[in-house]
Amino acid sequence: MYAQLVDTGTGGPKDIAHMTPDEQAFQARVDANVKIEPTDWMPDAYRRTLVRQIQQHAHSEIVGMLPEGNWIGRAPTLARKAILMAKVQDEGGHGLYLYAAAETLRVTRDQLIEDLHAGKVRYSSIFNYPTLTWADIGTVGWLVDGAAIMNQIPLCRCSYGPYARAMVRICKEESFHQRQGFDILMSLCKGTAEQKAMAQDALDRWWWPSLMMFGPPDAESVHSAQSARWKIKLLSNDELRQRFVDQTVPQAEYLGLRMPDPDLAWNEATGHYDFGAIDWSEFHAVLKGNGPCNQERLRARVKAWDDGRWVRDAALAHAAKQARRAATAS
Amino acid sequence: MSGAATEATAGEWPLWEIFIRSQHGLAHKHVGSLHAPDVTLAIRNARDVYTRRNEGVSIWAVRSVDVHASAPGDRETLFDPANDKIYRHPTFFPMPDEVKHL
Repeated sequence: MYAQLVDTGTGGPKDIAHMTPDEQAFQARVDANVKIEPTDWMPDAYRRTLVRQIQQHAHSEIVGMLPEGNWIGRAPTLARKAILMAKVQDEGGHGLYLYAAAETLRVTRDQLIEDLHAGKVRYSSIFNYPTLTWADIGTVGWLVDGAAIMNQIPLCRCSYGPYARAMVRICKEESFHQRQGFDILMSLCKGTAEQKAMAQDALDRWWWPSLMMFGPPDAESVHSAQSARWKIKLLSNDELRQRFVDQTVPQAEYLGLRMPDPDLAWNEATGHYDFGAIDWSEFHAVLKGNGPCNQERLRARVKAWDDGRWVRDAALAHAAKQARRAATAS
Repeated sequence: MSGAATEATAGEWPLWEIFIRSQHGLAHKHVGSLHAPDVTLAIRNARDVYTRRNEGVSIWAVRSVDVHASAPGDRETLFDPANDKIYRHPTFFPMPDEVKHL
C-alpha cells in the first residue's frame, strides 16, 4: 500500500536446507518473533528489501503532504485550517520517523532522497491523484488514512525493530487523521444538496484508487512469499483489501453516500462484501509515472530540496563557525 | 533510531539520538533520531518531531557517533550470567500464606 510491489531481489523464500548457518539462525530468530536490530547479522537481500520498503513508505508520507498542503490556504474555517496543518505536520513527522528507521540499515538520508528524485524508488500510487475540492480532503483522511492504518497496524509487529517502533508511533497518531476526514464528510453530508454532491463526487474518484493502495492481487504478488517469511509483510494484499472494504462500506452508508461499484454486495455465505473487478491497468500506469499528478509531485519535491540547499549549507557553516569560536575561546 | 550510525554524506546534517522525559517523573527514554546541524536545532527539531502531543517535559540530544553500544556478539557473555541467579527475584522464596507483609 504505502509500499507497493517491493522487490525482494530473490526468487522467493529459500528452503531451510539451502540456507547458510547464518541465514538459518536469522530465520530462526524471525520465526521466534525476536526483533532484528541494526547491529545484528541479516541477509543482504533482507537489508536491501527493507531499505526499499521503508523508504517507499517514508517518501509516501512526505509526498502525501503535497495534495493536502494544497488545501491549507483554502480550508473553509480557521478550525479546519489549524486541524489540517496539524495533520500535514504529522505526515512530515511520520516521514522523518521512517527515514530514521531506514538510516539504521546503512544508507544515508541524502541517498534516500536522491533515489526518490532520480525516480529509482516509488511512493504510493495514491498520491498521484489530485485533490480537486474540499470534500477530497475529507475523503483522503477517511479512505487513504483508513487504508494506511489497516496496513500499518500489522507492521507494528514486523521483524525489524526500528521499523516496528516507528510504526507504533505512527499508528498512535494516524487515527486522528482518519477521524478528521470523516468529520469533514459528516459536515458536508449534513449540509446542502450541493455539499453532499461534492462529497459523493470525491468518493466516486477516490474509492478505486484507495483499493489499489493495497497493491496487486495475491496471485500476482511475486515478492510476497519472501517478505511474509521475513515478517516484513504480515497480511496479504487481498486480505487487507477485503478488511478495508468490510470496514468502510457501513461507514459510507452512515454518511448516506453510494459506493461507485455496481457489483458491491453483502455476501451472507462468506460474511464479507463482494466487490467489483479493479482496473489494474490504471494502477500500473500510475506506477509507471502516468498518473494525473506524477510529474507535478516529483517536481515539487525536487524544487523544495533544491531551494532549501542554501539553508542546509548555511546552518552547517554556522555550526562549524560556532564550534571553531568555542574551541579558540577555551 | 540508534544502532549502526552511517557516515553522513558530504553536506548532510549530523545524526542525533533524542531522549524525552515524560511528565510522570520517569527517566529520559530514547524515542528516535533526527538530523540537525547543531545542538540548538537538534533540540528544536526534537520538539517538533517527537513532542507534538505533550509527550515530554525535557529533551536530551546526543550525537549518534558518541553513543557506544555493547556488541551483539557479546550478548551471551554479558547477559547469560544473570540467567542462573534466580534467587535475585523475590518470587524465588516461597512464603507461608499466614505470614503477612513480606
